[in-house]
Amino acid sequence: MQHLALAIRTVAAWSVTLLIVFPLIWLVLTAFKTELQAIAVPPELFFTPTLENFHEVQERSDYLLFATNSLITSLLSTVIGLAIAAPAAYSMAFFRTRKTKDLLMWMLSTKMMPAVGALVPVYVMAQTAGLLDTLTGLTIIFTLSNLPIMVWMLYSGFKDIPPDILEAARMDGATIWGEFMHVIRPLATGTLASTGLLCLVLSWNEAFWSLNLSAAKAGTLAGLIASYSSPEGLFWAKLSCASLMAIAPIVVLGWFSQKQLVQGLTFGAVK
Amino acid sequence: MNRLLPRLLFAPAVISLFLWMIVPLVMTLYFSTVRYNLMQPGEKVFIGFENFIYFATDPDFTVSIGNTLLLLGSVIGITVVGGVGLALLVNDPFPGRGLVRVLLISPFFVMPTANALLWKHMMMNPIYGVLAQVWIFFGATPVDWLTDHPLFSVIIMVAWQWLPFACLIFITSLQSLDRDQMEAAGMDGANPLQKFWFLTLPHLGRPIAVVVMIEMIFLMSVFAEIFTTTGGGPGNESTNLAFLIFKQALMNFDVGVASAGALFAVILANIAAVFLIRMIGKNLDK
Repeated sequence: MQHLALAIRTVAAWSVTLLIVFPLIWLVLTAFKTELQAIAVPPELFFTPTLENFHEVQERSDYLLFATNSLITSLLSTVIGLAIAAPAAYSMAFFRTRKTKDLLMWMLSTKMMPAVGALVPVYVMAQTAGLLDTLTGLTIIFTLSNLPIMVWMLYSGFKDIPPDILEAARMDGATIWGEFMHVIRPLATGTLASTGLLCLVLSWNEAFWSLNLSAAKAGTLAGLIASYSSPEGLFWAKLSCASLMAIAPIVVLGWFSQKQLVQGLTFGAVK
Repeated sequence: MNRLLPRLLFAPAVISLFLWMIVPLVMTLYFSTVRYNLMQPGEKVFIGFENFIYFATDPDFTVSIGNTLLLLGSVIGITVVGGVGLALLVNDPFPGRGLVRVLLISPFFVMPTANALLWKHMMMNPIYGVLAQVWIFFGATPVDWLTDHPLFSVIIMVAWQWLPFACLIFITSLQSLDRDQMEAAGMDGANPLQKFWFLTLPHLGRPIAVVVMIEMIFLMSVFAEIFTTTGGGPGNESTNLAFLIFKQALMNFDVGVASAGALFAVILANIAAVFLIRMIGKNLDK
């Protein structure tokens, strides 16, 4: 009886999971098909895989340039974001005042503003400053739009560090810098890492600003993939191939750090 | 010294966020009161509330508000109900549970444009798409998803991305469910449904609130999925408020009207924010 229940549960769980992940499996398969195989009716499940798509994706639109742009903007915005957010979160967590909570709420409220509301002004400003379609422009915007979430995540991580430890360090005459380097940093490495990872994921996948503010020069992978939406011609194999290369690094990164990333996104409210 | 340093530490974050919020807002306020079309060069004449009236009386406006709320509500509904179900399904040990959990989270990390095109072409294409093949296999007429059910199609894409997120949160939360209590309830003769209703569901209350909150922040202005698939159409059937403002600004080049629309979006966001902030504020005190 128990064996039967386990068997049913196993089959059910695996079926639902495969159903949900099916589009991704299909994407991977299609990436290794020829264009004709990709639209074959009925669909071909067994075929000789080809690598020609990878070559053609690079030919069609300099894939490597877009990948480099994605890498540079996500890494830079993560590093700069951490540099701005970590001190802020530190100060809010360990020097709490009555205003701290209001400040945190206000920060979160800026994230709730729809990006499209700021589109025209930001576009005009970027144009005036000569930052349209530049990596600098995108990096600045990615950093700013991730900042509230980063401060929140770091704050909820720092908050869990017992203040007694800090008191003890202060008694021993530690400076603020020493306190940060020798007491906080070792305890907060996990928080810093998961915040950085989340920022990396959000920037890498960011589509609104990169679609609207960048094109051929500073375009990121999200924009490159969107360029495959043109109605003329069916080139699903190339689309799948480009998509696979664009999502693989982040999905793999996500596999290894899913718990931290998702918990981070909930600001430590779910444990 | 002891008061200055904490302020110095958070100053860069606060100042940059303040500028990031206030400068676009002031510019939007200004643009919304002038006649400003990129296709008609000339003086920006002050026209009062004309842009607001134009935007609000546009039939697309009410449709887009409805679509925004429908999209938000449907995705939250699907992900919360589906997420709880999935989490319960994979909660108890079975062969391959670790792998299942890793696989399940994958769609959450797929970038929106790739997600949208994957569904638009490989899944929902009425001739070659997988769904069409499934329909034909069962002897049904394939559906032209993006033409006949555009908003529903977008809902599927967005829900596919956020279901894993909700699911993972619930899985995490289920792990802290009191097992002894569950067993005691079982001894007392509670059936699985009663156990779910009186023990599991109350335990999931807070994670559900958190999921709703996070999804509201991110889904209020879904853009990339609509931009890359339906383009808001056919007509205005899948246009949400974010996309309507985008159309006014970058397709009709009417900055004035777009800015008025943006202010409506800001108001809508603020209404939602008031609710959310109350909710998190409570959690923060705990």
